[in-house]
Amino acid sequence: MANKEPKVRVQNLTKKFGDLLVLDNLNFEVEEGEFLCIVGPTGCGKTTFLNSLTRLYQPTAGEILVNGIPVDPKKQNISYIFQEYSSFPWLTVEQNIRFGLEIKKIPKEEADANVEEMLDIVGLTKFRNYYPSQLSISMLQRVAIARAFATKPELLLMDEPYGQLDIDLRFKLEDELIKLWKKTGTTVLFITHNIEEAVYLSQKIMVLTNKPTSVKTVLDNPLPLPRDVVSEEFVALRNKVTDLIKWW
Amino acid sequence: MKDKKKFQINKYIFISILSICFGIFVWWLVTDGLGIFRSNALPSPVKVFESFIKKWYETKPDGATLLEHLIASLQVALGGYVIGAVIGIPLGIFMAWNDKIDMCVRPVFDLVRTIPGVAWTSVMVTLVGIGFLSKALVIFISAMVAMVINSYSGIKQTKTVHLWVGQTFGASNWELLTKIAIPSALPMIFTGLDVALGSAWTTLVAAELLASTKGLGFMIQQARGIFRLDIVIVGMIVIAITGAVLSTIIQWLGRKMIKGGRT
Repeated sequence: MANKEPKVRVQNLTKKFGDLLVLDNLNFEVEEGEFLCIVGPTGCGKTTFLNSLTRLYQPTAGEILVNGIPVDPKKQNISYIFQEYSSFPWLTVEQNIRFGLEIKKIPKEEADANVEEMLDIVGLTKFRNYYPSQLSISMLQRVAIARAFATKPELLLMDEPYGQLDIDLRFKLEDELIKLWKKTGTTVLFITHNIEEAVYLSQKIMVLTNKPTSVKTVLDNPLPLPRDVVSEEFVALRNKVTDLIKWW
Repeated sequence: MKDKKKFQINKYIFISILSICFGIFVWWLVTDGLGIFRSNALPSPVKVFESFIKKWYETKPDGATLLEHLIASLQVALGGYVIGAVIGIPLGIFMAWNDKIDMCVRPVFDLVRTIPGVAWTSVMVTLVGIGFLSKALVIFISAMVAMVINSYSGIKQTKTVHLWVGQTFGASNWELLTKIAIPSALPMIFTGLDVALGSAWTTLVAAELLASTKGLGFMIQQARGIFRLDIVIVGMIVIAITGAVLSTIIQWLGRKMIKGGRT
């Protein structure tokens, strides 16, 4: 038994949709401030996994503890960045970023300061009064990132947030993400099917099996930041992860 | 850039006016111009225009001036319409949001909505007599149907991911409704307001044909009885213009209220 309670503890997490077993008895822990990437074969239930974690889906069995108590978005400060574009079209960039702060009833002065800081970090200060319909796709995803970070979450969940971006933008936003993670010290669970992305971002990589999904293994990623995608160590780790998720 | 846009709008207005003028010209051609229709079968535009001017101060043949008829109609239509909005929009929203309310109200609503509003006229007349209330109730029913249907589908079309954003931030059910579902349904709610306005206005005229002592529909009905087709057409034109003006007001209001475009 570890002396310090982990940030997230998942015990026997199981999820069935009818007779279909999607998540099969998952057990793992995430330490405070850790950046964990979750990779797995396509369609292995990665999104189901994250959605069960936030109670968007009710797990069939098992327990998810955050700071030692069952997860509840009303009590714990969680943010989630979704795969789809999730900015509210009826709110401006600034109002979108402020959304979580309003739900959490953060005092106005603190909220203002957070919003300004986030606008600055994602470089959207000039676009604060624009509506999502007036923005490009990468700007939309930045709004979602800024909205998620604005509440200074203790746990940040990301579900393939960059899956639909081209490679230039992806690297740029990944660097931004690392910068934000270092600055805020938040715990991040990042789902991706892109192995290079996982090796580029993570401190730990969790590999999931094919459906019914369980944890195959968890690898440490000791490479120093910032990472060089063509270095020998990077390629070696990437190949190792690739071999682990091969289903062919 | 701005000048160009202004030019585009001006061009659009110009073409609209042109097409209306063309319509009037054809009308003139088949009546006074070529004499295809006799004036007691289809009065010419000139004759209708004269009657239109006269009707502002003359009470013959139906006992009231055009303005009195128009005000009477507007009172009934807007009265029923506003009550329809006040009840219909929340009803549609809560039906879509709460399954229990949906299950209770839905069966009745599904039956009611297939009945044309006018069909209620005789029932209402026997219940509350000829007058403001019976017509307002008929209009209330037909306006409400459009508002319920549109607010209902507006709420139902709320994107799941938007609700998820709220849920993961810890929003309560009420916050999910008021901060996410309703703002995202707003464009549909305004479509409902516009559609309901149309059905309120058409139902009104039909209801006035059956049960009335004043109003544009009543005026048309009286004029028809004595073959004053010029007044019938005056009535039709006033109905058309008023309907268009009301609809423009609703659309303008919608543009003011709906932020970020209809996406």
